[in-house]
Amino acid sequence: MIGRYLHLLWVQVRASLVTAMQYRVDFLVSGLISVWWMVWTLVPLLVVYRGRTSVASWTLPEALLVVAWFTMLRGVLEGVINPSLTEVGERIRTGTLDFVLVKPADAQFLISTAKFAPFKIVDVMAGGAVAGIAFHRLGRLPAPGDVGVALLLFLAALLVLYSIWILVVCWSFWVVRLDNLSYLFTAIFDAARWPIDVFRGAWRLIFTFVLPLALMTTYPARALLGTMDARTALAALGGSIGFAVLARLVWRRALSHYTSASS
Amino acid sequence: MSRVGAYTAILRIGLAEAVAYRAEFLVWMLTTTMPLVMLALWTAVAASGGPFQGFHQADFVAYYLAAMIVRTVTSTWVVWQMNQEIRMGTLSLRLLRPIHPFIAYSAEHLAAIPLRAALALPVAVILLLTAGGGHVVQADPVRIGALLGALAGAWLLLFLTMLVIGTLGLYLERSLAIYEVWWGLFAVMSGYLVPLELMPGWLRGASDYLPFRSMLGFPIELMIGRLSRADALRELGLQWGWVVVLLLLTVVAWRRGLRRFEAFGA
Repeated sequence: MIGRYLHLLWVQVRASLVTAMQYRVDFLVSGLISVWWMVWTLVPLLVVYRGRTSVASWTLPEALLVVAWFTMLRGVLEGVINPSLTEVGERIRTGTLDFVLVKPADAQFLISTAKFAPFKIVDVMAGGAVAGIAFHRLGRLPAPGDVGVALLLFLAALLVLYSIWILVVCWSFWVVRLDNLSYLFTAIFDAARWPIDVFRGAWRLIFTFVLPLALMTTYPARALLGTMDARTALAALGGSIGFAVLARLVWRRALSHYTSASS
Repeated sequence: MSRVGAYTAILRIGLAEAVAYRAEFLVWMLTTTMPLVMLALWTAVAASGGPFQGFHQADFVAYYLAAMIVRTVTSTWVVWQMNQEIRMGTLSLRLLRPIHPFIAYSAEHLAAIPLRAALALPVAVILLLTAGGGHVVQADPVRIGALLGALAGAWLLLFLTMLVIGTLGLYLERSLAIYEVWWGLFAVMSGYLVPLELMPGWLRGASDYLPFRSMLGFPIELMIGRLSRADALRELGLQWGWVVVLLLLTVVAWRRGLRRFEAFGA
């Protein structure tokens, strides 16, 4: 069963790789643009830290770690999650989702792995480079255990992002228009580039519990620094798994209500 | 006379479209979150160590709210529209019509402004209430007039830049990548991310010789009363100078690009 799905995943990934390899100049262009956005994200931080040594009790190298996770997460989001799920909107609108539903494999799996953008790997590498610079400035290396916790939290963040996307797709069974919802989500996701302590009052609550941006970038950064407490980490992991289960349930319910575009 | 009639007809259609797709329109407007994200950062900065290079908390609030208003009123999406129409070939339909495509685009996009202005109004009210009426554009008829001119100029500059980049789509396949690069430059050099006054000296110096400040920073500074009357008028002259330059550039790029487009069709 699992072997079959791994094989299916490989088939889908290979199809995207083959397509991407046909447009090799794009690799260069997306690489340059990734680096460009990196600079773009760093400019405000560099300006702020020219006049201050710490903001909301985050120093420059620590804030750089948040930016590093943000860049990596955005890379994975735009490389793995977004391409497939924006295509679902198109399929719902044109009615070709039916072709996916009749295939003898799980529909959620098929639509989630339909398309990848391999060149976004450059973003992930750029994020890694910024993390490297941050630890160089801190003058130490992260403890191996902390790296493990940070990676676990990063996976939890991906799970949450993916689940949010699935919920948006479910919603689009009824409202059809998906593309500008995805732009809205990307715009809000921008707030994850700063440590959560920068936000105050209601915003911090919203970005921690409703739309958990804190989990996505601040918690992994804290974990790398070794300042993450175990209870919050466990709660974050549990919460993200719970959220994924919820998304799965909503998906099954939405699918049973799905009426094709033609009917 | 019939030209004017055609233009007003396109304006009317554009307005009706904007009203018909108002929900979608609202979602688009809500994607302008960057000023708020930046404001959160600066609020934390001002809260933890007092004013930053002369910028108090209230100054940051006024600045980024004004940024939201100016972006809401002046931004257009013509570069994506042109890219789409060139790739799908529907640009040919526009060429057949007796009205120049750029004139038609301008009418379609001008028509969206009333609705955009209506959506920017609540932000403007908050700006007036929080920053204090005296702080925002002093009741000075000259500067209020200059602000209207500055907003019109900023809209034109952004629109013309998008037309130039959109026209590049006739030569290149990836004109949207050029737009992304341009947008990055714009965000840094126009005062969208960080007020230009807080930027390092060399960057501010460079922005004096580039059109970016005229596109956003200048109207914002004028709106929140950071410019004297003389400065405002000088910047306004500079801004409209850029409008003329970009207009010439647009015309040249289009004339040359069109020859390429015809070659595609043959």
